[in-house]
Amino acid sequence: MNSMTHEFAPAGELPEDRPVNLSRRDVLGAALGALVLGVALPGADAKAQNTAAAAKSAPRVSAFLEIRTDSTALLRSPFVEGGQGVATAMAQIVGEELDMDPARFTVECAPPGADYQVVGGRRFTGGSFSVRSSYDTMRRVGASARQMLLQAAASRLKVPVASLTTEPGRVRHAATGRTLDYGALAADAAALSVPENVTLRADKDFRWIGKPVARLDARDKSTGKAAYAIDMQVDGMLRAAVQHAPRLDLEPGAFANEAEVKAMPGVHSIHRLPGAVAVVADRWWHARRAVETLQVTWTDAAPGTRRAMPSDFSSEGRKAQLAAAPGPGIAAETVGDAAATLKGAAKIVTATYDAPYLAHGQLEPPSALARWNEDGTLDLWVPNQAPEMFQTLAAKAAGIPPEKVKIHSPMLGGFFGRHFIYETANPFPQAIQLSRAVGRPVKLIWSREEEFLRDALRPMGFVRFRAGLDANGLPVALEAEAVGEGPRDRWFGRKPDAADGSAVEGISGKPYAINNRRVAHVLVDDPAIIGFWRSVGHSMNDFFYETFFDEVADAGQQDPYDLRLRLLADKPRHKTLLQAVGELSGGWKRGPFTAPDGSKRARGVAMASPFGSEVATIAEVSLRGGAVTVHDVWVAIDPGRIVNPGIIEAQVNSAVALGLSSALLEEVVYAKGVPQARNFDGYPILPPDRMPRVHVRIVESGAPMGGIGEPGLPGVPPAVANAVAALTGQRIRSLPLSKMKFGAS
Amino acid sequence: MDVIINGKTHQVQTEDDTPLLWVIRDELGMTGTKYGCGIAQCGACTVLIDGQATRSCVTPVGSVAGQAITTIEAVTDDAVGRRVVDAWVANQVPQCGYCQSGQVLAATALLKQNSKPNEQDIAAAMVNLCRCGTYNAIAAAVRQVAQG
Ligand code: FES
Ligand code: FES
Repeated sequence: MNSMTHEFAPAGELPEDRPVNLSRRDVLGAALGALVLGVALPGADAKAQNTAAAAKSAPRVSAFLEIRTDSTALLRSPFVEGGQGVATAMAQIVGEELDMDPARFTVECAPPGADYQVVGGRRFTGGSFSVRSSYDTMRRVGASARQMLLQAAASRLKVPVASLTTEPGRVRHAATGRTLDYGALAADAAALSVPENVTLRADKDFRWIGKPVARLDARDKSTGKAAYAIDMQVDGMLRAAVQHAPRLDLEPGAFANEAEVKAMPGVHSIHRLPGAVAVVADRWWHARRAVETLQVTWTDAAPGTRRAMPSDFSSEGRKAQLAAAPGPGIAAETVGDAAATLKGAAKIVTATYDAPYLAHGQLEPPSALARWNEDGTLDLWVPNQAPEMFQTLAAKAAGIPPEKVKIHSPMLGGFFGRHFIYETANPFPQAIQLSRAVGRPVKLIWSREEEFLRDALRPMGFVRFRAGLDANGLPVALEAEAVGEGPRDRWFGRKPDAADGSAVEGISGKPYAINNRRVAHVLVDDPAIIGFWRSVGHSMNDFFYETFFDEVADAGQQDPYDLRLRLLADKPRHKTLLQAVGELSGGWKRGPFTAPDGSKRARGVAMASPFGSEVATIAEVSLRGGAVTVHDVWVAIDPGRIVNPGIIEAQVNSAVALGLSSALLEEVVYAKGVPQARNFDGYPILPPDRMPRVHVRIVESGAPMGGIGEPGLPGVPPAVANAVAALTGQRIRSLPLSKMKFGAS
Repeated sequence: MDVIINGKTHQVQTEDDTPLLWVIRDELGMTGTKYGCGIAQCGACTVLIDGQATRSCVTPVGSVAGQAITTIEAVTDDAVGRRVVDAWVANQVPQCGYCQSGQVLAATALLKQNSKPNEQDIAAAMVNLCRCGTYNAIAAAVRQVAQG
């Protein structure tokens, strides 16, 4: 249990738990052998700081960084690591400016605090925002710390600062050859104030930024030492399992066999929760078996209950509802005059597209460990992408002020958007209630079945397209109505008469020179609990748009790759990228063609502009026994500027896998208000034998830094669908492909 | 009953039909072995039982009494296991890492039984799910050990 020692060291050894306004004395007292660098800026009250402005002024170095006597560093990252490599990227960025090898860093997700609101004045890990939003702040953290160490060395050696330089982990006085390790200077440096101005390294001098620096967590994750929320344990802890109401509006009524369940091995107690029942036991298996044995009569909630799930709700019905919802909707993008141009067009192409609800399927099931402390505070270990938001809601659930809730954010066993606050989709309120009820710490784990029942789904998507072609077969007008509800406005507030960006992104914002466009959002409330799913609206909208684009190309007898190039003639960044992916794939060829192994194959191409990055994707497919095989996926990605090409390549692989999984296999089906699949047997996800080769080319255009975690995904479903259409002549207008039968080819 | 894990015998007080996974995690407090699905779909719970990669979430503890169980915590006690872990690091396989205990043990079982697996052997043995899509890196790491 080595990995746990740190998490559960006595409170005095947990400096991250100190209050925001920590004095140097507190820190030094608390850190026991770890010399903490930095002091608060004079007069800067962290709690009152305007956080956006704070990012521009000197960062409070001590909130982020501790340099220890052995010249290693603890970095409190604003972001949670969940596979995307952000912990390593943060160490690279800070290490670059601090002049310390990233391998010397330990990185943790910081507790709630004003210092960490670095994503436009807020904090969350998502939207592929982490590195690009915090890049400057984190560089300044490193550069400021280095400056303070230099200053401390100058005083120690009684030489001018200007005569000193640094090399990784130490200060050097060139004239005398003397060196001082950072660890030996940290205490002195802590007495200095954070410099107002620091010089950042020139890009050309980077040693770690831009290099494929090894992930800090690779060995721990290969030897079972990495600890996730589900692995947390504290003294005296009990374990809990729940059985949720099958439908979201039902409440627990009578129990038929309470005595029997109470007598089952290990059972401590049975509890009624909103929309669920729970058993607390000594072991999770005991809790689970007992709670699933409990026979519960579920009663209808009072009429008008918020977010009640209709008992006749089905995904099929939802699709019909979306198809029937009339336009024109709320305008999201209007250019030229689409309606008039369509009237005068030589040819009109229309099509409707849809994509299903999706589950996150992150491999770590959700859990929460709650511990009420004697002083009235609450410790909560919870998988989350937004510590402050969880703190706020946990405080509400617990009925105590937010500052009494200590949020611990262990690394995530995958997330893909799963661990935001979604009403009814987070186990922590249940854990808080159970822990209070039994007067002991409780770790609640949702079984995979309960997770499939209560996950916040990617919403179903539906789009109506109309395109007009001129006499030369070139598109001159495009209308698109995206029908449904997006997760952004659901959880962050709706503005009247404004389209939800998360419903239209990937249909709006396309770079092609189609000079008359109308993209609109037709809002139809979704009865399901919907959420963010890796690449959000792009995950389906780029499929809709880019696949329809191929229909338009075919209608105008244009090659889809050539037509894209042509419509990007004035967009050098996109054109370069499209050419790059063509080149990477050995030159564009659509096919069908016969591969060396005798199989008939074809390729499809797609482009996407997600999260500040640009992506071009080509996929090669064949059919085997009526099912689609994807052999190769080529991805050219332009995130503007990069921090770690190795992690980018890994993230593109990962995004390709998830995008392909969604294109080929995934679909949450509702019937009678209940999701039908309750585990991976009923909701297959991409297995290893369906993983294609993935070829990545990174293009650094120098544009403002874009995201990495999500952008590789949106191009995959349309590139595959376009390839399948080229191979079979069958249009793909609905996912997943597993629903379709293709003739042997 | 006596359960032998990583060469150590543990006295375990539980019903025979308790899945081995939960004995390892809750009873013995070793959390490297992961729960992903509980129904033998994902392989996150993979352990070695007498050298065979086995899904511990559907293995009743009573059925393995007296057999040699290896969990991820002991993988580097074994020479092949060490090489597998090194290859995992060299190929930067893990992303979220949650499936990787199971993947590493599945690879170790394969390579201990067949030091020169071909592509089919690798595909047949490496069937655990990875939601992060690390499959290509996994295959590369297994190949590296096989060639190594
Ligand atoms: S947890 Fe055992 S196979 Fe998934
Ligand atoms: S690394 Fe995340 S599930 Fe495999």
